[in-house]
Amino acid sequence: MTGYNFAYLDEQTKRMIRRAILKGVAIPGYQVPFASREMPMPYGWGTGGVQVSAAVLTPDDRFKVIDQGSDDTTNAVSIRKFFQKVTDVETTERTCAATVIQTRHRIPETPLTEDQILVYQVPIPEPLRFLEPRETETRKMHALEEYGLMHVKLYEDIARNGAISTAYAYPVQVHDRYMMDPSPIPKFDNPKLESPAIQLFGAGREQRIYAVPPYTQVVSLDFEDYPFDPSKAERPCALCGATDSYLDEVITDDRGGCMFVCSDTDYCAERRGEAA
Amino acid sequence: MTPILQVGGLTKRYGRHIGCLDVGFRLFPGEVMGVVGESGSGKSTLLSCLAGLLTPDAGEVIFDTRAEGPRDTLTMSDPERRMLGRTDWAFVHQNPRDGLRMRVSAGGNVGERLMAVGAKRYGTIRSAAEDWLSRVEIDVSRIDDRPAAFSGGMQQRLQIARNLVSGPRLVFMDEPTGGLDVSVQARLLDLLRGLVRRMGLSAIVVTHDLAVVRLLADRIMVMKDGRVVETGLADQVLDDPQHAYTQLLVSSVLQV
Repeated sequence: MTGYNFAYLDEQTKRMIRRAILKGVAIPGYQVPFASREMPMPYGWGTGGVQVSAAVLTPDDRFKVIDQGSDDTTNAVSIRKFFQKVTDVETTERTCAATVIQTRHRIPETPLTEDQILVYQVPIPEPLRFLEPRETETRKMHALEEYGLMHVKLYEDIARNGAISTAYAYPVQVHDRYMMDPSPIPKFDNPKLESPAIQLFGAGREQRIYAVPPYTQVVSLDFEDYPFDPSKAERPCALCGATDSYLDEVITDDRGGCMFVCSDTDYCAERRGEAA
Repeated sequence: MTPILQVGGLTKRYGRHIGCLDVGFRLFPGEVMGVVGESGSGKSTLLSCLAGLLTPDAGEVIFDTRAEGPRDTLTMSDPERRMLGRTDWAFVHQNPRDGLRMRVSAGGNVGERLMAVGAKRYGTIRSAAEDWLSRVEIDVSRIDDRPAAFSGGMQQRLQIARNLVSGPRLVFMDEPTGGLDVSVQARLLDLLRGLVRRMGLSAIVVTHDLAVVRLLADRIMVMKDGRVVETGLADQVLDDPQHAYTQLLVSSVLQV
């Protein structure tokens, strides 16, 4: 770890990010602008999440990184190695053993505790972006709580597909106030956003940080006659038999064969008694 | 009777240039006022100032609100003014692309104002959208098509439906028939006249087309170089213009 400050970023930068995090926690769901730094990885690889993790990690932490629920995909492996190199903190693949978990597109199946921090990588923090491209206008809409437009998106879903077909990045309202993009997690994970753990969201390219403090109310938007449905594949995991976890469809051959397995690899392994 | 809109001393400057200067008038419920003048005469500036899209440099715009009676909209807070813009006011743009969401279906466009004021039931929103599409003579089977697939006239009618669905009391129209061919214009004017009369709307119509004000307006205000040069009943101004510029304007209309 010689040649690097602890967790790569210099102390002033970490202070700046911590201030943004504190403000984010104080105003749940509000997007706090911050001076995102260049990181030694391309945008889209989780530069926002990495900066937030760098700002919250201490030498005593145990760090876990998941990408789509898995600990061993390129993105997760690279980020874990990065922090091993620049912090020397212990790393783990077990959800319950970790104190800081950086995630891309999933919330772990194992319930989180008050001692844990979940850090999300966020590509586009603005939930209203695709409906209203002007940033000046979306900020005004947040400030004045004009969120009717969000329902227009759900209306379009139902009009086209007969049901709310938004399956990931499903918009939520936090603490009865701010409309928030929960990052591209499947809507199956939305109920888990109400959690005892601190949840921090970092968007590097868009230079925004936001947060959901522990035990904060998070409501998924819906219509009275089309209620929110956290759906998943209707079958058990082919490996561990779990019926309560989010499943990935894995193609097994080129003749249409496939199997459904837990997307959370640690959860699946633990159930099979093969915990790493 | 309390005027629904009372305007006094309204002035907007663009640097050294005048947008509109010292404009004042009163509009009563159910009345349609036409604002005519050539390009650059300040009529669109005036309309934007009235509708809260531009902030004027001086003057007052007193609107008779439902809850609290007459209030100056220029001293209102942003949220209050934007709320009016979504409920009691409607703004029909010249180019439907400015007033519609082109990537959202016709039904979604009409339903947006309802959802903006808290409608949370899909079925209700859907049937209101269907009702309004048929009122503006758009085939209900096209409810899920995007406005981009509509003709110019249909887009303009959709924009009107989208604006009137929330039951506004005051409608601002900026060249509502601009860019449409004459037969489509005639149909749109017919529709507008019917809606305005049936719903008892008050409206301010900005146009350079005298035929439009002849058909729609009760009163006319003629503008030139940012100033009002003549006002009066529609027939009076059009048939017996007093100001030299109005005379020029009226005599410039081609007779077929």
